[in-house]
Amino acid sequence: MTQMNMIEAIRSGLDVMMDRDPAVVMMGEDIGYFGGVFRCTDGLQRKYGEHRVIDAPIAEGGIIGAAIGMGLNGLRPVPEIQFADYIYPGFDQVVSELARIRYRSCGEFFSPVTIRTPCGGGIRGGQTHSQSPEAIFAHVSGILTVMPSNPYDAKGLLISSIESDDPVIFFEPKRIYNGPFDGDPEKPAKSWASHPRGEVPEGHYTVPLGKAEIVREGTELTIITYGTLVHVAQAAAEETGVDCEIVDIRTIAPLDVDTLADSVNKTGRCVIAHEATRFGGFGAEIAARIQKECFYNLEAPIGRIAGWDTPYPHAFEWQYFPGKKRLAAGIRSMMEVE
Amino acid sequence: MADKKSRLHIPHPTARPGDKPDFSYLDLSPAGAVDKPSIDSRTRDIEYLSSGLVRVLDDDHQATGPWAPDLDPGKLQIALRWMMLNRVFDKRMWQIQRQGRISFYMEALGEEAVSVAQGMALRPGDMCFPSYRNQALYMYRGMSLVDMMCQCLSNTRDMCKGRQLPIMYHSAKANMFSISGNLATQYPHAVGWAMASAIKGEDHIAAAWLGDGATAEADFHHAITFAAVYQAPVILNIVNNQWAISTFQGFAGGERRPFAARGLGLGIPGIRVDGNDFLAIYATTLWAADRARRGGGPTMIELVTYRGGAHSTSDDPSKYRPKDEWQDFPLGDPVERLKQHLILGGQWSEEQHEKLEEELTAEVTAAWKEAQQYGTMTEGPFLDPSTMFDDVYAEVPRHLQSQRRRMMEVEGVNGEGSES
Repeated sequence: MTQMNMIEAIRSGLDVMMDRDPAVVMMGEDIGYFGGVFRCTDGLQRKYGEHRVIDAPIAEGGIIGAAIGMGLNGLRPVPEIQFADYIYPGFDQVVSELARIRYRSCGEFFSPVTIRTPCGGGIRGGQTHSQSPEAIFAHVSGILTVMPSNPYDAKGLLISSIESDDPVIFFEPKRIYNGPFDGDPEKPAKSWASHPRGEVPEGHYTVPLGKAEIVREGTELTIITYGTLVHVAQAAAEETGVDCEIVDIRTIAPLDVDTLADSVNKTGRCVIAHEATRFGGFGAEIAARIQKECFYNLEAPIGRIAGWDTPYPHAFEWQYFPGKKRLAAGIRSMMEVE
Repeated sequence: MADKKSRLHIPHPTARPGDKPDFSYLDLSPAGAVDKPSIDSRTRDIEYLSSGLVRVLDDDHQATGPWAPDLDPGKLQIALRWMMLNRVFDKRMWQIQRQGRISFYMEALGEEAVSVAQGMALRPGDMCFPSYRNQALYMYRGMSLVDMMCQCLSNTRDMCKGRQLPIMYHSAKANMFSISGNLATQYPHAVGWAMASAIKGEDHIAAAWLGDGATAEADFHHAITFAAVYQAPVILNIVNNQWAISTFQGFAGGERRPFAARGLGLGIPGIRVDGNDFLAIYATTLWAADRARRGGGPTMIELVTYRGGAHSTSDDPSKYRPKDEWQDFPLGDPVERLKQHLILGGQWSEEQHEKLEEELTAEVTAAWKEAQQYGTMTEGPFLDPSTMFDDVYAEVPRHLQSQRRRMMEVEGVNGEGSES
């Protein structure tokens, strides 16, 4: 075990897979010689060469489209889209091609692409460097959607994603690249050093896709969340004193409904928290499933805490971000329902 | 520009219904007039290839000039047979659609030389990323007529298991990619495939096809940028058949410079070729393939042709272009031109041609008879609808297993398939 932040864990996952499988190649803007704007691919081009860690033109549609073609020719591409906000020029390639090739060719063709992309706010990125578009991708059948919340899961889920023959959109919440973040920007930044999930094996291991994890056990209320908000939820639970159970879903699609439903059936209350906008957000899907599976055990309406339904405003980032105060208020109001 | 004011230019075709067809906008070169450079020429030295028109067959059906390929008459007879089969097959499938026995069809009338000549110039290990008018590529690479018909019927032998619109074939065995209904998406795939071939050190190349209209798509521009940057071993074909449904090629930006010149700004050589001249297409494709195989990178080929029929069975071209426009197209009919060339050389005759057409018609009729045994739209056997849940993912996930069970439960009641 080695102490790693999320960037190092992701880099280690890429390194392990490139070393094990010569078919693994990477392509993206600034990822090669420079090592990536967030440093996730630092040193990998020197180690594996320019033909496997490929600097790309600034054309996300081209990166994804060409990666699909490489995957059709026996490679296992792991393209990087520098910010999730930049992914839309490649959206048609993801939805109409990547997600459908296996289906429309009845399995004769498939392209095992894993698209890595940093998402989320809290880094003063404004509306074009802060988005969380996971629900848009979760809506598309034929692709898997993943978002880890810590270094250990990041590496294990990334290896599972690369090894999967299904295409994966792998969202990396960039606010927690360097340390867990409890939603309070005034406090000094914490590092992963003091977090148990900052301990990461150096070699190969996997975290299974499609499995949620209970990160805090509790009896009074379940918070279902993922990414950065896993940590905010923990801080909010502490602040309220409510005995919350927190479930990190880790894989958005396919969703581990059993783990979520078991928890809510136990606690009887459910708050769903995500950073993305609320309207049509992934929380709506979770709420519908919980309503169906847990209806007779629910003691309060299912709550949703999310980003406001506006673009991510640069100067009002912390009023937009669903932080500790909003989550705590949501938890308290849920407990007031008799 | 005399009034010195800004203006909005709306492109107009030279002729509309009722007008006399007018192809004066097409720059033509006489057969044999365009030089054939060596495959290692620099792009800047061969820019003339994108503005001229490479032609081998002259107006008297003689092969002439530096591009005339070394093909024996036997091969040309085979080529003629494939082109005729394409036409006979299309004609029959069109009728079948009109009888309501398949839902949709697209014919390649007037464009048959493109797929056959390029198919013959490529090697079996080269990967093709076709568009929807390349059916002869599938035929040439070994897909049976019965398989193609079964796909159009969505029956029990349909390679797509009823998931795709008719004509959207695929064959991994034949190195023929699956056709997408979204235009130009296959272009970056071909470039990525070719990049992978180069990464692996193999000498297989990729080839992609799209129409003049689809060059306006972002994917076209993404693809040619990547092809140029990485010098991918790929042939980028633009089949300029003048019409994208009702949108004439001027709306894709074809009014001022030929499509073949689209890659010049990136250093990709472009060849403008007579798309109804089998010999010229074969020769230019071979040139581009050799160049790619020897590390010379991508070549763009614009095949100047004419869409002889409607865009699809859902289209009515008499609403937007002169009815007899094809008859006036200066590059003629590709089947007729190859036929006349062979007759001129004493290697073919009207009698042989007629006999072959009868044979091919019988072959298509027999194939249709066989295809229907695997089911039609109205008569069984039918595909099992529960297979719709397969191949969404490598393995069927739990939520799809449950939806499949639910669909089967309600099937026959109201056909609703979604989970309540």
